Amino acid sequence: MSWHDISLTVNGRKYRGHVPARLTLVDFLRDHLRLTGTHTGCEHGVCGACSILFDGKAMRSCLIFAVQADGATITTVEGLAPDPAGLSVLQDCFWETHALQCGFCTPGMLIAAQALLNHNRAPSDEEIRDAIGGNLCRCTGYKQIIDAIKLAASRLQGANDPVGPMSGADNG
Amino acid sequence: MKAAEFDYARPETVEEVCRLLDGAAGDGKIIAGGQTLVPLLVMRLARPSLVIDINRIAALQGIAANDDGITIKAATRQADVLADAGVQRRLPLLTKGLRLVGHPQTRNRGTVGGSFANADPAAEICLVARTLDAEIIAQSSKATRRIAMRDFCSGAMTTALTAEECLIEARFPPWRDAGRIGTGFTEMSIRQSDFALVAAACQVVLDKDGVCRRIALGIGGAEASPVRAASVEKRLAGTRLEAGDIDKAMDELQAALSPLSDVHASADYRRRVAGLLAARVIAEARDEAKAA
Amino acid sequence: MADQVFRYIAKKRRPKEDRRFIAGAGRFVADLSVPGMVHVALVASPYPFARIRSIDTEKALALPGVISVLTGAELAAGTDATLPGVDAPKVKRWPLAHQFVRYPGEWVAAVVAESRALAEDAVELVDVDYEPLTPVTDPEAALLPESPAVHPDHGSNVLFHKKWVWGPVEEDFAAAAHKLSFRARWHRSSTVPIETFGVLAQWNPAQQLLDIWASIQMPKFPDQLAKALRLPGNGVRVHFDVDVGGSYGVKRGLKHSILAGFLAKKLGMPVRLMEDRLENMRGGDAQGPDRIFDMQVAFSGEGIIRSLKIRALDDCGAHAGRAPLQLGKPIGAICGPYRVNSVEYEAISVTTNKTPQEAVRGFGQSPTNFALETMVDRVAATLGMDRLAIRHANLIRADEFPYTIPSGSTYDSGDFQTVLEKALTAADYPALLAKRDAARRAGKFAGVGLACCLEPSGGNSAFEPLFNPKNETTTWMEATTIKIDGAGAVVVSINTSSSGQGHESLAATVVGEVLEREPETIRVVHADSLAALPSNSPVGSRMAIMLGGAAAGAAKKLKETITAIGAHKLGVALDAAEYRDGAVISRADPSKKVSWEAIAEIAHRKFHELPPGIEPGLQAMHVLEVPTGGTLPGPDGRVQMYPCYAFEVHVVYAELDRVTGQVALGPYTIGHDCGVMINPDIVHGMTYGGIAHGIGAALYERFRYDESGQFLSGTFMDYLIPSAHEVPDVAIVDHCTPSPLTAFGQKGSGEAGYLGAPAGISCAVNDALAPLGLNITELPMTPGVLGDLIATGEKE
Repeated sequence: MSWHDISLTVNGRKYRGHVPARLTLVDFLRDHLRLTGTHTGCEHGVCGACSILFDGKAMRSCLIFAVQADGATITTVEGLAPDPAGLSVLQDCFWETHALQCGFCTPGMLIAAQALLNHNRAPSDEEIRDAIGGNLCRCTGYKQIIDAIKLAASRLQGANDPVGPMSGADNG
Repeated sequence: MKAAEFDYARPETVEEVCRLLDGAAGDGKIIAGGQTLVPLLVMRLARPSLVIDINRIAALQGIAANDDGITIKAATRQADVLADAGVQRRLPLLTKGLRLVGHPQTRNRGTVGGSFANADPAAEICLVARTLDAEIIAQSSKATRRIAMRDFCSGAMTTALTAEECLIEARFPPWRDAGRIGTGFTEMSIRQSDFALVAAACQVVLDKDGVCRRIALGIGGAEASPVRAASVEKRLAGTRLEAGDIDKAMDELQAALSPLSDVHASADYRRRVAGLLAARVIAEARDEAKAA
Repeated sequence: MADQVFRYIAKKRRPKEDRRFIAGAGRFVADLSVPGMVHVALVASPYPFARIRSIDTEKALALPGVISVLTGAELAAGTDATLPGVDAPKVKRWPLAHQFVRYPGEWVAAVVAESRALAEDAVELVDVDYEPLTPVTDPEAALLPESPAVHPDHGSNVLFHKKWVWGPVEEDFAAAAHKLSFRARWHRSSTVPIETFGVLAQWNPAQQLLDIWASIQMPKFPDQLAKALRLPGNGVRVHFDVDVGGSYGVKRGLKHSILAGFLAKKLGMPVRLMEDRLENMRGGDAQGPDRIFDMQVAFSGEGIIRSLKIRALDDCGAHAGRAPLQLGKPIGAICGPYRVNSVEYEAISVTTNKTPQEAVRGFGQSPTNFALETMVDRVAATLGMDRLAIRHANLIRADEFPYTIPSGSTYDSGDFQTVLEKALTAADYPALLAKRDAARRAGKFAGVGLACCLEPSGGNSAFEPLFNPKNETTTWMEATTIKIDGAGAVVVSINTSSSGQGHESLAATVVGEVLEREPETIRVVHADSLAALPSNSPVGSRMAIMLGGAAAGAAKKLKETITAIGAHKLGVALDAAEYRDGAVISRADPSKKVSWEAIAEIAHRKFHELPPGIEPGLQAMHVLEVPTGGTLPGPDGRVQMYPCYAFEVHVVYAELDRVTGQVALGPYTIGHDCGVMINPDIVHGMTYGGIAHGIGAALYERFRYDESGQFLSGTFMDYLIPSAHEVPDVAIVDHCTPSPLTAFGQKGSGEAGYLGAPAGISCAVNDALAPLGLNITELPMTPGVLGDLIATGEKE
């Protein structure tokens, strides 16, 4: 099996790694970088718990090998807040509406929602459901998650710097 | 759920891909978006010795439109094709199909070529390509060849590609017929982002009197590969695609299908749903053409 | 108590624990890493039933990086089998198959390696020689004497079979003007949390102590783990501060933990066993009820239901798991919210070659509620009565509480009619019916479903002695410790892990309420099992009642102590002092006051100012037995099951596509009464989630096996959990009938929504099918099933 040197930027910080070809990106983030906020629920691309922003776009990190992320810019849930002590608008809205229970799907859900809000500040219910339709939650029935995203959208509409410097905003 | 060991290569040219495939002697596998391949790898249902990453080959990226139609390179992301204004304008049936491919996250990574190469029976992109008589261009170290969609999907998850070939692009020919074009696409899946149990795609040309001058109708998911309903097309061409015309044709469609049966749906179920969806997409295409 | 004014309870408050989860800073078991940790992967049986002839581990062990391969023989020799819950001592269960494999995917050997990937490589090199046997796949065939036995030593496939008769059933049936019978089928599904089960075990030989971090939700887990590993109870330390990524009943990985603990001790290495999704679905032993109901009901011409005969046959899979006992909880609400004179209940638990079950949200109540509500609709249809009228005619009235049902449980309180009316008003029931009728006129299949269901809550153990007279467990307590430090900071210690229920918010809110301190300032910790007081974990919708009650009890003790210290300092008699806002004042002169901080300082530093008889420091603990618990069943099997009864009404609109059989749900309204809600957002969240889970059970989710016993639903592409697309917007209408049995009038709510959604959706779909003369009494009602049913009906 081939091993590869990679370098990538995660949450604004540059990392290097030496990885076997078969290592998935989510395992690299969790086990090598110890960024354990990104979760694995199914490892076959269905549940969405491993969602990350990869070059600004929401993707499954269980369906990407770490070696493929060489040179990529990645945002995980740990990188959503503007500073380590704070919360992004979206995170704060998740708290406000209690958009979670066990918290296991939450990081992926936040990523999916942030990806939506990065290019759509006034999403309809249907657009919200589309954006999180690939992220399974077993606790909430999605209602308070949808409420949180709507609340965040309404707060962001009134803000000058809606997503904050570390939110992994889509540059495209 | 960790993949078996493999070597990884990230070539920069198609020629290099072909050389690597040759060197792997049938045991090489190309990865593009990985949305289908990676689950197969981690479940160890696929175990190539070499995985060849084509994501950074410039020649395999992008969408080109010219008089010969629209060409989509293999490693182009589904999301990029979905968002492409040219595709929306000139290949609206593909845009409609793409909306139903997986969900935003898988479309952000998944590629058009990957959809062809994996050839899921329910794959929307394959169905649109089959309906519009697209061609697949494949290249090996020995030759480049064109494969008509009718010959490309040879069964569930199997294609006409050899182990030494790299899928380069799909070419969608233009419809030059005089008249107004309309399209329809729909599918039935258990959950919205599941693979379809049945999908239907239709493109029509109506003349100024509303008479159907050309129609292509494809059904996906029902059989192991997308099929064209040639007899239905023949029956409907020349009609105004009135509800009565469509209804009559649906019996013929259902009789012609030999659907799959699995835990989710019986063959009869798929046959009935194919009839329903086909009628819906024909009507959708007709109405769109009338309004054009 | 309904008029009680609360400071923090029943108010919108941001849950404490949410803060870490939204930051990605939860601490789940897979997030933990200890130096030298090694990884387990499992060899799974490809056969539903086979004898293991031999296992060759040589090639696997030869792979670099592989540390050990454990087989069932060695594990069975070194550990005690776990108990089946019912009296079936020869049904022995170990974490790895021993001599036989009894279901597809059963774990046959465990490979330990330096990485999970290497362990999986080695799994492929373990060579198992099987002798395939004829599998038992049909639960009714399994009952026949000629059926092969899944456990030959047990002698048959019947794990439990008992018929109870409560009241004059035969007389009521003989006297009734009408009777009807039908069969209802609840197919195998479960809770399927997004986090699989995981455990990390570390043996410390110097201390002779096994540390366990696990995603656990299980009563008596440390005790049972120690017993299986032949360790004293104080030789196992379970860390309850691990966040659990959803459970809803199933996170009882005792077998996983025995296996990991055994390996950790044997190898002297920290061992992590984190199920992958394939292992979880087939070999995680966490499937759920799989039940056939044969229902008979006797009723009058006016629709008054007099008597029920229920036969419930449950296909428990290859081991008992919690399956037999899941036939037990419904005894506590066997006639639902209805006034029924007599009930016969025959419960049968049968083994087959399928994955064992675990406890599933509601512990068998949701399938039972589905059968009961189907029955009520059938009675209405038979008499040509309105479905609403028949419910009104049979619902227990508010003035009849406390109300004792034939099986011996007393319902604490309720106002079913009011909740029903509120739900119907909120749903605009007449408009909903008009919408349905208009849709029907337009050629659509539309239906409205009504379901009135109970959530027995406060979980006790009453079904355990009922199902196994050798088990005399009647104690089912919960405990809390509160400490206030010398500067006045409050720490509340709870004694179990949490899997999304918001226990930290619950405990802080209750303690804050009693002590009149801002809950935000209160820290809640999860003690490990050696430091913890007894707990029975968050099962049976019990934590609002039991943890809430224990926390309130401890806080009240502290309040008394604080008042005594304050009174002493003020130099007034105890009854002349008053606790107010955390301080103690003189009733006679409220300007005389000892502050919270001053009292904390006295308690910790100024023994000379403490009143006589008061311990130094400021702490209290309280252990609460479940209200109404503590007694064994009577000879006729009458028993008080759970103390509190929450009530929910589902009003569901559904449209079916006549060809695809797809069901579109909504508008969807639920009326819900769980007494006082300690945190409404948390209760509502669980209710929305329970409905989503119920939608899955009703329409999508099923663990399928083919006729040869092969398992067909091993991935998330085959087992279909509802996504945001499939769950409609749900409107909740609250009502509050306080429980007289609990500290604040609260009842349980952890199973809310799930207990009535499958019933409500089934009723709506059947209403939609009624004009065709069709019905369906089988869940899940997948598009394929409904589409074929409609096509058959239209043909005829």
